[in-house]
Amino acid sequence: MTVLRRLLFFVVGLFLALPLIVVAGVSINQRQTLAFPPQGFSLAWYGQIFTNPEWRNALVASLALAATSALLALLIALPLAWFLWRRLAPWANIFQLLGVAPFTLPPVITALGLLTFWATTGLYGQAWTAAISHGIFFVTLPLVTLSLGFSAIDRSLVEAAATMGADDRTIFRTVVLPLILPYIVSGYAFAFVLSLNEYIVAYMTVGFTMETLPIKIFNALRYGYTPTMASVTVLFLVIAAVVFGLVARLGDLPKLLGALSEDK
Amino acid sequence: MRREPPQRLGDYGPLFFPAGMLTLFFVVPFATMIAVSFFQREQGGFYTPAFVLDNYARFLSLFFGKVLGFSLFLAVAVAIACVAVGVPFTYLLARSARKTQIAWLVALLSILSLSEVMIGFAWSTLFSRTAGITNLFVWLGLMSQAQALTPSFGAVMTAMTYQAFPYTVLVLYPALVRLDPTLAEAARTLGASPVKAFFTVVVPALRNTILATLIMVFIFALGSYLLPQLLGRPQHWTLSVLITDQAIYQSNMPFAAAMAVFLVLVSLALVGLAVYAGRQKEAK
Repeated sequence: MTVLRRLLFFVVGLFLALPLIVVAGVSINQRQTLAFPPQGFSLAWYGQIFTNPEWRNALVASLALAATSALLALLIALPLAWFLWRRLAPWANIFQLLGVAPFTLPPVITALGLLTFWATTGLYGQAWTAAISHGIFFVTLPLVTLSLGFSAIDRSLVEAAATMGADDRTIFRTVVLPLILPYIVSGYAFAFVLSLNEYIVAYMTVGFTMETLPIKIFNALRYGYTPTMASVTVLFLVIAAVVFGLVARLGDLPKLLGALSEDK
Repeated sequence: MRREPPQRLGDYGPLFFPAGMLTLFFVVPFATMIAVSFFQREQGGFYTPAFVLDNYARFLSLFFGKVLGFSLFLAVAVAIACVAVGVPFTYLLARSARKTQIAWLVALLSILSLSEVMIGFAWSTLFSRTAGITNLFVWLGLMSQAQALTPSFGAVMTAMTYQAFPYTVLVLYPALVRLDPTLAEAARTLGASPVKAFFTVVVPALRNTILATLIMVFIFALGSYLLPQLLGRPQHWTLSVLITDQAIYQSNMPFAAAMAVFLVLVSLALVGLAVYAGRQKEAK
């Protein structure tokens, strides 16, 4: 069994790593050629992300979009998850369903819905519409992690606080919030990383007025190859690995993922 | 604290913002899209409110039938490939040391979140003539000359399997973590080899989970919109690509919307089926 396990893990690992190894390789080529193994060694293409105004603007746009939309997703998910945990209101589950829907359906559907909506309201192309669109699209992630966080709270703790005269607001601040903080952080982290990488919703809402990094790479691909695409890909992979590594450090990743698809 | 029904209007307070946002920016856009799918297309990319079925009537063309057929075939092939490797992989992963599990989960999440643009770019590099895998084959003496492997069906299929595999593992993971370990142990005690125990005891016990996962991965693969464009030829375009193309490049919003509504119906029917398959598991 151990031999079989090692073999299967090796083959799957190789399949998953191979394209990334090649991308990492071409990102350090000396000249602007697509060659592997790399010829020469240069980190200039990583510098390009920050020094070339086009790439830097795209990076800033991506980071701003991810930071604001993840915050919005959290602001929608937190009161909703709290309400569903605190109150007995079965009909309110419809909003839970609405929160999970954009993520379950093929993304092109949400993208097209938002495109028709922004076009109809005449707001199409404004940068903030992308933040709202992503906030709605990724609300699923904090909603699922927070629902899990609330369900893990021992209700007798809250009961004790209530008996001692604390009102809802005080209980939330002093008892509930500290307990769900890790779930708030991981929900934000998931939404942030996915928004950073998202293409179709961003493209359909602000694709003609603003370039995020995924949009920039796609546009650049049409005009040929530049190693900066490779360095951006490596950078994004590192960001994702660091964020998810921190989430694993902070909380219980196997438990978080063990329950993630529970409600699907 | 007991959960209690809301008593006063103020108790509904926390619900206002989330409910308002989800209604305004998900339900209304969805309804707008359905409405537009019945609108009349005008010259120059505009459309006027109407109630026409022309956009749906276009489904009856041979071209649309081919695209739909290919999309379904591709998604089924990707789902089968992912689940065939994903089930034994996740089974072994769920029985590994905790540290190993966490390392794999972080890696799988990182790849799952990687932009489809970047996955497409990475595979087009790996399949290219100058930096691609064929150079390795030449070096090993398996091929005489490096060549480009894209655009081709194989390239689209490989990249989509790559994209869907982490998703497959994460969907299977909860069920396989909870799988009763005594099942396989009993088979082992009775003299079955580990491989035989896996196929005769574990796989049958997971039948409904596997079915539900197949459907979930199928829907996931149906949503792939960039890989067929970046790595395939026009005949490898899927319904998702066609919707994007009609909406952005052909400026035919009503037709794009009609196709999207159709895709929603297909997906919803399949989600229903997946939920049903999941319920069957609990009923047993």
